[in-house]
Amino acid sequence: MNKFVFLIPVLPLVGFLINGLGRNILSRALVSIVGCGTLIASFLLSLLVFREAAAPGFVPMVINYFDFIHAGGLDIKFSFQVDQLSSLFLLIITGIGSLIHIYSSSYMHEETVPHFARYFAYLNLFIFSMLMLILGANFVIMFIGWEGVGLCSYLLIGYWFKNNDYNNAAKKAFVMNRIGDLGFLLAIFWMLSQFGTVSYLELFPQVSSASLYTITCITLLLFVGAMGKSAQIPLYTWLPDAMAGPTPVSALIHAATMVTAGIYMIARSNVMYSMAPHTQDVITIIGMATALLAATIALKQNDIKKVLAYSTVSQLGLMFVALGVGAYTAGVFHVMTHAFFKALLFLGAGSVIHAMHHEQDLTKMGGLRKYLPITHITFLIGTLAISGIPPFAGFFSKDEILTAALQKNPIYYVLGVVTSLMTAFYMFRLYFLTFSGTFRGTDHQAKHLHESPVAMTMPLIVLALLSIVGGFVGVPSVFAENAHLLSNFLNPVLGSVHSTSHEVVHLSHSTELMLMGVLVFLILIMIFFASRKFASYQPSEKEESTISKFLANKWYVDELYEALIIKPIGHVASFFNKVVDTKVIDGFVNGVGKSVQYSARQLRLLQSGQVGSYVLIMVISLILLFIFQFFWKH
Amino acid sequence: MPINYYIFLSIALFTIGIVGVLTRRNAIIIFMCIELMLNAVNVLLVAFSKMHHVAAYALDASTTVGTEAQLFVFFIMVVAAAEVTVGLAIIVMLYRNIHSVDINFLNRLKH
Repeated sequence: MNKFVFLIPVLPLVGFLINGLGRNILSRALVSIVGCGTLIASFLLSLLVFREAAAPGFVPMVINYFDFIHAGGLDIKFSFQVDQLSSLFLLIITGIGSLIHIYSSSYMHEETVPHFARYFAYLNLFIFSMLMLILGANFVIMFIGWEGVGLCSYLLIGYWFKNNDYNNAAKKAFVMNRIGDLGFLLAIFWMLSQFGTVSYLELFPQVSSASLYTITCITLLLFVGAMGKSAQIPLYTWLPDAMAGPTPVSALIHAATMVTAGIYMIARSNVMYSMAPHTQDVITIIGMATALLAATIALKQNDIKKVLAYSTVSQLGLMFVALGVGAYTAGVFHVMTHAFFKALLFLGAGSVIHAMHHEQDLTKMGGLRKYLPITHITFLIGTLAISGIPPFAGFFSKDEILTAALQKNPIYYVLGVVTSLMTAFYMFRLYFLTFSGTFRGTDHQAKHLHESPVAMTMPLIVLALLSIVGGFVGVPSVFAENAHLLSNFLNPVLGSVHSTSHEVVHLSHSTELMLMGVLVFLILIMIFFASRKFASYQPSEKEESTISKFLANKWYVDELYEALIIKPIGHVASFFNKVVDTKVIDGFVNGVGKSVQYSARQLRLLQSGQVGSYVLIMVISLILLFIFQFFWKH
Repeated sequence: MPINYYIFLSIALFTIGIVGVLTRRNAIIIFMCIELMLNAVNVLLVAFSKMHHVAAYALDASTTVGTEAQLFVFFIMVVAAAEVTVGLAIIVMLYRNIHSVDINFLNRLKH
């Protein structure tokens, strides 16, 4: 098997090169075939790898390719690690990536061929970087992928580069990610100086010898990296803006895969996190705060993609809560199910936007149920899944996170339930505003409403099926003993941590069942409220209340950052520009030039043309030299 | 005669040459002063040569120490003669061009 593991990332890279270099030569069909074909091939390879990893008696293996950095005592190899965790992520990324590639080939058909090819080249490059991130056997290789996905995210957010707002959104995403990347980089340096290695297999056994302070600092710095990539407070504001990119990009990068890189990284280094209780508390609190904040903002957004973006931020927050309370399997489980239903929701939203001729305002939709039947059904499944209705995928993963939170601290549980209820409310608000009631758009739009072509509905159907059955890989022990297939599968990588969380309060099965029942009941009530309020929504001129304005303006966080960070930095920059640069530096440079000019103007007077004066100067100089030599010697 | 006398004579000749070069404007006079400086050096060479030879001769009658400088003086005279021909030619050309041998008129290189 290890002979072809390298092909999994290399195939998308080849696709990137072909599409990127041949974008002016290739035809549209060829671009689609290369873009999707390379990825489907690597999906099939990933399936083989996964089958091997799932087989009993599998040992995680590290495949060395070459020495990447070799200097003094520092030895970093370019190597891939194949184990249960990475093979699971391989499947998620290549699988959902393939579906979204197929979807894109239809969604992006309005673009001219060179731009169409550019799009697929970026998308393939993204998949390549993401696979590097997943497969890397040490933090340096992970960092290469980490930077690569950040770059591709920037390129794809700014894909329509003629719109300046989109460029600003891309820059914002890039800069925010850089802040996080700095933390990651510092953590890598710290690990190198402390342990002398960044390879997972060599590093993790050594961790127990390090002091609590060191571990806490390293894990916190790593978490700063995760904050940037996975859009947590305070670095989350880039993700809603990232919706400027094409919708399939939002589905792939900003919902299903790239933003979960932070969760992957923390799950990967779970050994370190389990030893740093303070970091775990920080992660839990930040995750919880992000989940709540984003959920409240999502309640009042009117842009279909913005709602989904804040919902993503909120769900990522829940995943971090899971990681923070030590339930790594639950976090990874939610990554997986979230990838299914959030990709589905985004692609469904893309289908709606496609039908509406690039209209994204919810207040101008409505009644799309009869025009877009397939999109409607699949979108409903996605909404049910994210709301946590059994037996859809979201129910199982979210319930596992909430149970883990309850075992740690009931407050986390209550806040998690509040987040889930808000999730159900805003998602059904979105659903009812889009598909129920009467159509509120223009007549022109009404005439052109149509179901999307099969290349777009096929991925929707596949993802909807996955959203239905995806949860059954993690059936909690309440329903059936030992049925949590995912937990059993991931046990070799993530299993060691369960014993260390000592404060666990084990719930009896009846309590657990009761809590589930209450939660589902509450969610159904929220859905009922949402249907009462939005099922036959008509825009009204009613003045909005202060709170809803506050939420609609996203808690004014962007304005706060503008006033607290961007403005002061701007002032400092203009001070440096006006005073330090123009006065000090320019003054120094111009002063040198001026003094040279001045002295030259004075010295040229010596050249009088009078031979006599030259000779006089010569004689005087000689005499002076003699005198000098005379005194020098004695 | 003590060697000091020769040295004083040489210094006097050399100083006269320098002062002449510095103060006079006539190219021919300046030329003569340069010759004077050369000859001041010749005087010194001959004097030191003689002094050395006498000292060495007292120890060994067949010695040739100190005779080389006497030859050098002839070389200097030959070179000086060659220089005079070139220099005088320049001065003649100078006179033909500017109808004067005053060096203060020779300031065209300034421009």
